[in-house]
Amino acid sequence: MSQTTVLRRVFGVWLAALLALPVAAFGDGDALPFSKLSIAEPQRHFSPTQACVEPEEEMRRNHMEYILHQRDETMHRGIRTRQYALEECINCHATKDDSGNYIRVEDSRHFCASCHTYASVSIDCFQCHSDVPVRASALSGQHSGTDLARETLRFLASEGKSQ
Amino acid sequence: MSSDTSKQADASRRDFLTMTATAAGAAAIAPGVFLTSPAVAKPADEKVTGDKRWGILIDTQKCANGCTDCVTACQTENGWGGENDPEKHSSDEQRAQWIRKAELKDRATGHVISLPLLCQHCETPPCADVCPTGASFKRADGIVLVDKHICIGCRYCMMACPYKARSFIHEDLKDQLPWAPRGKGTVESCTLCVHRVDEGRTPACVEACTAENHNAMFFGDLYDENSEISQQLRKHGGKQIRADLGLNTGVRYRGI
Repeated sequence: MSQTTVLRRVFGVWLAALLALPVAAFGDGDALPFSKLSIAEPQRHFSPTQACVEPEEEMRRNHMEYILHQRDETMHRGIRTRQYALEECINCHATKDDSGNYIRVEDSRHFCASCHTYASVSIDCFQCHSDVPVRASALSGQHSGTDLARETLRFLASEGKSQ
Repeated sequence: MSSDTSKQADASRRDFLTMTATAAGAAAIAPGVFLTSPAVAKPADEKVTGDKRWGILIDTQKCANGCTDCVTACQTENGWGGENDPEKHSSDEQRAQWIRKAELKDRATGHVISLPLLCQHCETPPCADVCPTGASFKRADGIVLVDKHICIGCRYCMMACPYKARSFIHEDLKDQLPWAPRGKGTVESCTLCVHRVDEGRTPACVEACTAENHNAMFFGDLYDENSEISQQLRKHGGKQIRADLGLNTGVRYRGI
């Protein structure tokens, strides 16, 4: 028997064992391997009155692209529009618990964490960035009135007019 | 031809008006203190350009020995150090140091100079030269920054910096400020309060120094001949620390 034939047989046995494995594992009538494990459904925290900066379907799939683009624009070119700023995501989507405290990102009820836990996506945005609102939103119109916020609102208003 | 002339006339009239306004403002308040901010805010959607170069002039003769107002202001503004420093396990040498007070003593005369030492925002920053990922960079307006998104924490820049201006974060942090994100495993340094500068405000250290009436720090555009900092530099001069390295620093000192 040549060496190739031996290798081929060993591989065949190994493949058969691998295919038989799931059958053996679910022999006790369990439908799925982790069906007993409960995973919390992602929570939806959307403003009933204010729409997101882009349609919901678009944001669900591509929110990271918007944030990534804004990240580089702000960091390297000093562009500080608020439309796609991570801080504004937090300002809008942050939720409070029953005692009125903001839910932190370690808690799976946090807007970002709830979905990322569900999808098993680990993000490190909040190792550096704030996971709760710190200063008022520039987009809500109820901001504290910094120069930047005013500037942004003016910019957004002019953008709206031109469209 | 005629339009050119009228433009010139317009420009000179505008200059005259500006100068008059500046003179009136200067007359009303103490020298070095202006009612208006030295910088005009750029629109939020506009990128920074090389038309400006931000710098700080520090007058060491006005900088009091033992005064740490600028350091405290920086800590409060950017959320590092202070009493609630989360970097509990790090030694003093390891902890964040965006700005620190240094005292220089002339051994021959015993004369002591006190000055704040921070990132010098070099025109040719050695930190950016050695950075393997491009995380250390100089913005178009001369502000030297670390893009912590792409910093791998190798700390070459810390070794390359002749001013010991950079520090490395060794510990997990929590409750950072939205305008000054910082995190474990990355190098950081003075950002010249870039978030404030983009709003047309002055850095926190300069603001504190002026607010406490020490008036030892001036912030402004080095390329603008009419800016306070340029006028001060033209009149009194300003030295670079380690000028022999030819880095053309944005931070200049008087009285060293």
